[in-house]
Amino acid sequence: MTATTERLPTGAGRSNDPRRRTFWLLSLPAAAALALFLIVPILLMIALSFRADLSGQLLAPFAPTLKQYAKVFDTGSYWNLLGISTLMAFGVATVATLAAYPLAYFLAFRAGKRAGLYLILLLVPFWTSYLLRVMAWRLMLDSSGVVNSILIGLGLTQDPLDLLYNRGAVVVTLIYVWIPFAMLPILAAMGRIDVRLHDAAADLYASPWQQLLRVTLPLSLPGIIAAFFMVFIPTVGEYVTPLLVGGTGGSMYGNIVQAFFVQAANWPLGAALSVIMLVTTLLLVVIGLRIVQPRRLLGQ
Amino acid sequence: MSAPGRLRRARSGSGLRGYYWLMLFLLYLPILLLFIFSFNANTILSFPLKGFTLEWFQKLFQSPNLLGAVGRSVIVAIVASGIATVLGTMVALLLSRFEFRGKGLLTSLAILPLLVPFFVLAVALLILFRVIGVPLGLPTIAIGHAVIALPYTTLIILARLLGFDRQLEEAAMDLGATYPSTLRLVLIPIAAPAIASAFITAFTVSFDEFALALFLAGKDPTFPVYLYGQLRFATTLPVLIAAAVLLMAASLTLILVANRIRQR
Repeated sequence: MTATTERLPTGAGRSNDPRRRTFWLLSLPAAAALALFLIVPILLMIALSFRADLSGQLLAPFAPTLKQYAKVFDTGSYWNLLGISTLMAFGVATVATLAAYPLAYFLAFRAGKRAGLYLILLLVPFWTSYLLRVMAWRLMLDSSGVVNSILIGLGLTQDPLDLLYNRGAVVVTLIYVWIPFAMLPILAAMGRIDVRLHDAAADLYASPWQQLLRVTLPLSLPGIIAAFFMVFIPTVGEYVTPLLVGGTGGSMYGNIVQAFFVQAANWPLGAALSVIMLVTTLLLVVIGLRIVQPRRLLGQ
Repeated sequence: MSAPGRLRRARSGSGLRGYYWLMLFLLYLPILLLFIFSFNANTILSFPLKGFTLEWFQKLFQSPNLLGAVGRSVIVAIVASGIATVLGTMVALLLSRFEFRGKGLLTSLAILPLLVPFFVLAVALLILFRVIGVPLGLPTIAIGHAVIALPYTTLIILARLLGFDRQLEEAAMDLGATYPSTLRLVLIPIAAPAIASAFITAFTVSFDEFALALFLAGKDPTFPVYLYGQLRFATTLPVLIAAAVLLMAASLTLILVANRIRQR
């Protein structure tokens, strides 16, 4: 045992650092695991997307080709679907954020002592099984489901409407799934607002709307933008919800990739489509961080 | 507080309160529906209800395929959350207690699975397993789930470690402890509630996971994959819903326990 009277040095690389051995014991297995199961798979996927076909050994050297990407570019339906998925995600993120804002406002400023309980109640549905909540929406939108029962009961329609298996069903289900999640960053931003600002605005005869528009909204803007991106980014790459409630008419970009790997065995093309989705997602993340970060820094 | 402020707050408060309860109702409605149908004496899931029954819950314990799938899900979740918790603890220690080159890269890598769409991760892992010749099965699902649970475990443990004063470790080392024993006797016990909470969170993430598992499952499906495969058969649906309702209650309990532990 080596006794030391030194303070902890910050540089772990120094040879006399007593923590040097520990540093390597921690970092080597972690780095190895991340390399093997995260970096290498993504690199292999990128490599596969440059192959002409799947003939021969997967590890054997091959002449890289842009054939798969050319096929993607030439086939308008892939781009269409990527565009539609992005639009759907944009719509879902916008509506979920808008619907979540009053909830966060209520919890932050109006719920009083029970705010903690109200928050938990709101999060419970988010913690229940995702697959199950999506399945529950099948029951809601089914031809003999709740929504149709209500519509027929109210005399708004004679025959049940086809609510299931289209893009509308996917969008509604996704909005439902994301609302509690979108509320969290807005609530966090509102938690940093000094409540006395509201009183000050009221003392200066600001109407409630003026208070909201001139005080609360600007100060909670970083949370709104964060909420939007936290819903938007994962929704673009969504494939489970369309699989369950979308049917063929409501499929999203992820569904064609899934089809390429599960049904048809065109792996190189599927890999190319996945790489395009990866690049799209990372671009959105970079854009999101660019927009959120500076404002968040100002807010603190 | 000023008088006009209080008055207005009270007035706008009731509208917001109504909105809150309406949204709460809408959020719970589909889940409530599942509960109702799991006790409804009709194989067709539609209104009007036919009467109360426990038949589906009885049948579910007589279905070896279903119980097998649940068992596999439990095994996969334990292995996956074990790996994710050990790795997450290592990464969180590295990020909170060491300065080194590549720290930014490590942070990005640990959070990356949270950002990348699951089908992209699934495709990448599928190709890896094909290249190294590993047949699809429970181990491949467990590895996939460990990858997607890593951001959760890392962030939960990191939050705990960052919130703790470094002077405790310095004191231990001043008193002659080596760094490994400082880790074992000071840091790990400090992080223990977060580590337990991280494990439970990772468990529930894995247990419910479908997007990755559909790609990486071999012949023996986990429960969500089994559930998906059975959706075509209308007659088994009430049993599946009964099973899902039970599991939902179990996983919700686990999450609430995890939150409790973390807040200690």
